[in-house]
Amino acid sequence: MQVKLTGPLRSAAGGQASVEVEASTIRELFRKLCEQYPGFQAHMDNGVAVAINGDVFRDEWSTVIPEGAEVFLLPRIQGG
Amino acid sequence: MSGAHVSTTINGDAVEFACPQDESLLDALRNRVGLTGVKEGCGTGDCGACSITLDGRLVCSCLVLGVEANGKQIGTVEGLADGDQLHPLQEKFIEHAALQCGICTPGFLVAAKVLLERNPDPSETEIRYALAGNLCRCTGYDKIVRAVQAAGKEMRKQNKKKAKKKKKK
Amino acid sequence: MKQDTNFTNQEFRVIGTRVKRPDGIDKVTGRARYGADATAPGQLVGMFLRSPHAHARIKKLDVSRAEKLQGVKAVITSADLPDEHCGGDRELLNILENCMARGRALYDGHAVAAVAAVDATTAKKALKLIKIDYEKLPHVTDVDEAMQADAPVIHDWVYTVGVEPQPNKPSNVSMRAQFGHGDVEAGFKEADVIIEKSYKTGQTHQGYIEPHACLANMSPDGSGELWVTTQGHFAYRNTCAQILGLNMAKLKVTSSEIGGGFGGKTHVWIEPIALALSRKANRPVKVVMSREEVFRASGPTSSTSIDVKIGATKDGRITAATSECRYQGGAFPGTWALIGAMTSFAPYDLKNVQTVSYDVVCNRPKVAAYRAPSAPMAAFAVESTVDLVAQELGIDPIDFRILNAAKEGTQSSYGPVYGPIGIGPTLDAAKSHPHMKAKLGKNQGRGMACGFWFNFGGQTSTTINVAADGTVNLSVGTVDVGGSRASLSLICAEELGIPYEQVKAHIGDTAALAHNDMTDGSRGTFASGMATIVAARRTIEVLKQRAATAWEIPVEEVEWKDGCAHAVGEAHADKAPLSLAEIAANTENTGGPIAGHNEFVADGAGVSFASHICDVEVDPETGSTRVIRYTVIQDAGKAIHPDYVEGQFQGGAAQGIGWALNEEYIYGDDGRLQNPGFLDYRIPVCSDLPFIDTQILEIPNPNHPYGVRGVGETSIVPPLAAVANAVSNAVGVRMTQVPISPPRILAALDAESA
Repeated sequence: MQVKLTGPLRSAAGGQASVEVEASTIRELFRKLCEQYPGFQAHMDNGVAVAINGDVFRDEWSTVIPEGAEVFLLPRIQGG
Repeated sequence: MSGAHVSTTINGDAVEFACPQDESLLDALRNRVGLTGVKEGCGTGDCGACSITLDGRLVCSCLVLGVEANGKQIGTVEGLADGDQLHPLQEKFIEHAALQCGICTPGFLVAAKVLLERNPDPSETEIRYALAGNLCRCTGYDKIVRAVQAAGKEMRKQNKKKAKKKKKK
Repeated sequence: MKQDTNFTNQEFRVIGTRVKRPDGIDKVTGRARYGADATAPGQLVGMFLRSPHAHARIKKLDVSRAEKLQGVKAVITSADLPDEHCGGDRELLNILENCMARGRALYDGHAVAAVAAVDATTAKKALKLIKIDYEKLPHVTDVDEAMQADAPVIHDWVYTVGVEPQPNKPSNVSMRAQFGHGDVEAGFKEADVIIEKSYKTGQTHQGYIEPHACLANMSPDGSGELWVTTQGHFAYRNTCAQILGLNMAKLKVTSSEIGGGFGGKTHVWIEPIALALSRKANRPVKVVMSREEVFRASGPTSSTSIDVKIGATKDGRITAATSECRYQGGAFPGTWALIGAMTSFAPYDLKNVQTVSYDVVCNRPKVAAYRAPSAPMAAFAVESTVDLVAQELGIDPIDFRILNAAKEGTQSSYGPVYGPIGIGPTLDAAKSHPHMKAKLGKNQGRGMACGFWFNFGGQTSTTINVAADGTVNLSVGTVDVGGSRASLSLICAEELGIPYEQVKAHIGDTAALAHNDMTDGSRGTFASGMATIVAARRTIEVLKQRAATAWEIPVEEVEWKDGCAHAVGEAHADKAPLSLAEIAANTENTGGPIAGHNEFVADGAGVSFASHICDVEVDPETGSTRVIRYTVIQDAGKAIHPDYVEGQFQGGAAQGIGWALNEEYIYGDDGRLQNPGFLDYRIPVCSDLPFIDTQILEIPNPNHPYGVRGVGETSIVPPLAAVANAVSNAVGVRMTQVPISPPRILAALDAESA
């Protein structure tokens, strides 16, 4: 599936706006991204959130990514 | 410390304490008398969280020395309720959700009580100016003003009843 | 107050009612205990010595005379706080260095030493006995100046990330990031009108009335307790333990009543040092910040400099939009500009959009989150420009916004595609609101603006314990910053089918509950509410089982309705329903105590939008501005307790109005803060404001059982722009800098007439 990268996360994939990764859960997605793009680990340390069909998931890595879902990776941010 | 002995009446009770000459009444009330309902928000008289009455006058207790309270009557938020009977202001603040975090509430209650004693039927503008020395960062003051209006109404009703009773006697 | 609750079809029994909050009486009688209200036997007073310089090397730090003073029990400097416990984690090292300067003072107010003494008089004396030789270093406090090539570089380890190739020289720009989609250059070519403008916003403080305060009580064996005013006692525990090299579970942190936070109490300031003092003295230590310390060394939010460019066609469609957000994050790198860039154009449906952020280090206090952090400034710049474009096109600003509003299916400017969202409905409600049609007088103007905030969920743990008389304890791990105990009790009562008055909610300490994330991102009622629903449903499973046991029937034949177990079917017609109280009275014979708990990640927070309308009157003689009418319209998803939802709307609006008109950190050329007090840093007072009208919309969040969205933060996002648009409409001059103080208005009027 196509995973779209936003903001600073693109630097992990040489500036690409999206990458191809096959994954059925957020955990698998992160694992494969770290394998394919060693620069991704630094972003993981800073925190990455995943938007699946518009819903933002920050922590629950067991979340299943449905087939054909629209997947965006965002930097994890703070609130007040 | 070069302490001073202070004799006061607090919320109707005789209270004695000793404090250094340069200690604020706020610190003395909180740390020596144990009345931590009196809050410190700034220590410079700008926020009103430490509002008390001193011989019936509304003051910031952070701007008064402990020794100045000698021989005086002090009123704090702890003295607002009559036993288990809340003051109408206390009732209305809860009913109207006039507090969020609640740190400014003791000061607002004391200030509003002084206002309603002097002016039982204040206009919205009068309420806003009377409470302008008390800072609240949570509510935008909307529900506070409404609670004071409601308490004023309730107190006027109670006073009418009392006056009627007196007349009958 | 007008209310619209027609969006949800769910039938509720107590949700949505305006019950009295459970902590109300404690808070109106002075009984509630806040950060500074706890005492421990033998407690010492802790105090800090702070740098008077914006940037200085600490050449010599001699505490020997202070240590010898009678009554002084401990003195702490960075020498007592080895960095080895941080394990090389940059963020932890920054927190540690912010709590206590390490060789260099990085801003006016930066802590350099701390003492614990038997009383305040002795502690103050001891601070005066500490000798420090400073070597002043060049400083920079303005965000644009800090980005200049010749600016003094504050950290030799800060290299701009997000720039290809990465610079080989350190600078004050810690990060560049970019968001967006489409082709903005092509978009601008399609535009009939293009407006480009630069804006600046002053640095503001959260301004909670309760200063930071804690009571630390450490034993030499590494166990301890911390009583503290905080938005996240678990996070405070973890950070303090990590920095000090303690075992997390041995440190029990209890969150006191909290006297306002707004993001400022999501970060540790005095707490690790209070624990270190207590450990060294082997006595309890109480530390309470003064208001001056709060301003100089805690909070604040970023000051910013932002460029916005928007192009649109004659018929009112935006063809392209860009923003460049430059935010200073104080003395340590942050991600504040990044958030500004992400939120910039969130309310709009844009084909071509690009937002760029520069996070910048300055000699100012380390920036902390402040209610929808970074969004208000970006909204100020964007919403001001939106008004200018509408004006240029001759289209009503609200119609222009409605034409371009994001909707379900819109790709947001920060990436993901929106689900059901409330920006359209809030704009429609604003358009038809009587406020919009009210007549304006002389020197008066009306403005409106939109705002957006993400909202978060996060790790959450909640426990329900059933007492023998059928009353229920609800323990939550998010703190109650604005009445959430009332909302969560309502949720618990709704699920269990019992009266609200039978639930007693309280905030569990770090030993009583599993981990809870910080109470930030408007997550309190959303996340703990969702956790409470699950915990209550689990409690019901236990209650049903107990009823089944008592009836000697299979649990499948028991259902829970209206607070009672019912045996289902003709065969059980003889069995009267068992109430929660009846089941609770006999736990010893049915299997023991009854509880339900839930530990989970509350993901799926719904984004939140608002539209605000503001009327102002400007005195052209003095330049002073009064807000004369204000209306907040916001999507709450579902309002659990409408009073406290309205309270969030009104409070955020008031903070935003203060930001727009008065509030600002003022630094001198010497880099020192000139107004660290409520007299000169003026937050709105009661006589400054009108009643703030509210309208709650309820567009349910599909990820929450009741449809709840966070409501706490969005309300501070539109006011800067709403006020600025109103002022600009009143005086006919565009104000591009907040606060819109009287001198700035007069200067703008003078410039216009010249």
